[in-house]
Amino acid sequence: MRALHGIDLEVRRGEALGLVGESGCGKSVTWLAALGLLGSRARVGGAVRLEGRDLVGTPVAELERVRGRHIAMIFQDPSSSLNPVHRIGRQLGEALKLHRGLDGGAAEAEARRLLDRVHIADAQRRLGDYPHELSGGMNQRVMIAMALAGQPDLLVADEPTTALDATVQAQILELLGEIRRDSGMALVLISHDLGVVAENTDRVCVMYAGRIVEDAPIDTVFEAPAHPYTKGLLAALPELDGARRVLTPIAGVVPEPWNLPKGCSFAPRCDRRVDACEAAPPLPTLREADHRVACIRA
Amino acid sequence: MTALLEVSNLSRVYEVRRGAWPFGRQATLHAVDGVSFELPAGRTLGLVGESGCGKTTTAKLVLGLVPVTGGEVRIGGESLPAAGTPSWRALRRRMQMVYQDPLGALDRRLSVGRQVMEPLAIHDIGKPAERLDKALAMLDAVGLAQHHFDRFPHELSGGQRQRIVLARALMLDPQLLVCDEPISALDVSIQAQVVNLLLALQQKLGLAYLFISHDLRMVRQVSHEVAVMYLGRIVEQGDPDRLFATPAHPYTQALVSAIPTHARAKRQRVVLPGEPPNPVDRPAGCAFHPRCRHATTRCRVEAPALRILADGRRAACHNAEQIA
Repeated sequence: MRALHGIDLEVRRGEALGLVGESGCGKSVTWLAALGLLGSRARVGGAVRLEGRDLVGTPVAELERVRGRHIAMIFQDPSSSLNPVHRIGRQLGEALKLHRGLDGGAAEAEARRLLDRVHIADAQRRLGDYPHELSGGMNQRVMIAMALAGQPDLLVADEPTTALDATVQAQILELLGEIRRDSGMALVLISHDLGVVAENTDRVCVMYAGRIVEDAPIDTVFEAPAHPYTKGLLAALPELDGARRVLTPIAGVVPEPWNLPKGCSFAPRCDRRVDACEAAPPLPTLREADHRVACIRA
Repeated sequence: MTALLEVSNLSRVYEVRRGAWPFGRQATLHAVDGVSFELPAGRTLGLVGESGCGKTTTAKLVLGLVPVTGGEVRIGGESLPAAGTPSWRALRRRMQMVYQDPLGALDRRLSVGRQVMEPLAIHDIGKPAERLDKALAMLDAVGLAQHHFDRFPHELSGGQRQRIVLARALMLDPQLLVCDEPISALDVSIQAQVVNLLLALQQKLGLAYLFISHDLRMVRQVSHEVAVMYLGRIVEQGDPDRLFATPAHPYTQALVSAIPTHARAKRQRVVLPGEPPNPVDRPAGCAFHPRCRHATTRCRVEAPALRILADGRRAACHNAEQIA
């Protein structure tokens, strides 16, 4: 089974990039593959270059110096990413020792500073807490603090707020934006929610069935989307203000990865389909310098 | 005209133990605390709020799946009988529930068709041939084909499964459908399909929906009226367009402004401090005051009642006029 079909992606230093798509489209797998986290049965082709150095095929020992130190990742469910039987302070200390070689008092002081950084009140006391003593939003703050422990150049946040309540989601997104402004760290935000991505990134890649179908600045995606799938996603979302309109759903369902159509994978659901769409998958083409679309009808 | 569903002063209390056994002390958790609303036939009431605010408990109380501690639920003017009694069973034909996770709500070992026919068997309605005809007609009504009848839940997509759950709920011609997060587990492009189906069915069959969701945009799309809950109480209730455009309660203001949107640049976000408190430690006075930036001394001691504002909506806030 092939999960990804040639992903070309570039994240510039300090940039915030959004990755949007429905479940199973390959948004998470892209980053797990890039960081060599997919296990030995997965075959990864192509190249992943970090400041010119290729990560695909590098020995695990070398990759471990990249993970956390250069690229850190946070996941949807913070309470299952944290170890339930260790105190928060110990888990932060472990990351600090691994990535920065800090020990003892220096590690504790830095851990306290990191908890302050993610706005956890009473940091000293919280270092002695276990994950179950904190709420979901607090645990996600701890995860962000751990990711910051290695002072990464790039933070990959995989659905970081999906498991959280609306008002807590707002707090976490605000925090990610603030950290990015202060530290100049690049951010990749993976989400199924176009709104979440719109507010926090400069550029967005829309994925469908293992391919990037559109890559454009955030305003272009909302004001002049080119790919029929992007257009369909926007038409299927209701608004919170203005007159209510009938939603236009995208017909059909996402194809299964082992049963993809021969041509464009969106063709069976597309209202602009022509015969040529079913011949071969469309190649991404540049419409403008910063706007790439994979559709022959766009 | 009496409403189809009348809920008055509904409450549900759980006795819980705080801390590890045997040292914990007894505490009382008010999951739902004095909730009242009316739902006329053929209309939709949207219920929104964060997790733990009592939305789902309210839904279960309405159907009698959880016994009430106080207050009353009336269906078509009749008081809801105790669960398990023959009269409750008879009344349950008129009200059905749709859950968030369709795969969990379906039996994986039964074919789709048998599950859709099952409500008729339970209530002993019609002959087998009639049941079959009705099930096939219902599959068609929810947008599925005849060949889906012999399939099993795992062979269908999430959206198709939710259609099956809907078809099954509609087999007894109910008047009220309680939908608890019916689209949250579905992909964005599928959500619109199911929402449009719900609206079409309402038009055709005159169904009333109690629609529970945390997605304010979808709630606005389907509802005739919206109630916002916080820690077991309704804090604001009214017309969805007005309520979301100019929220009166500070909590609704924060909820609305927390929705991520592309138009954010034009709007200032209200970020609430802290998180929803544990319902066991319900703050004195207005339960929202520790997170409210407009809180006054009065809010700390006196719980505001849900009162009618000048424009006809209801809000439970002492200062609703000043901060709107």
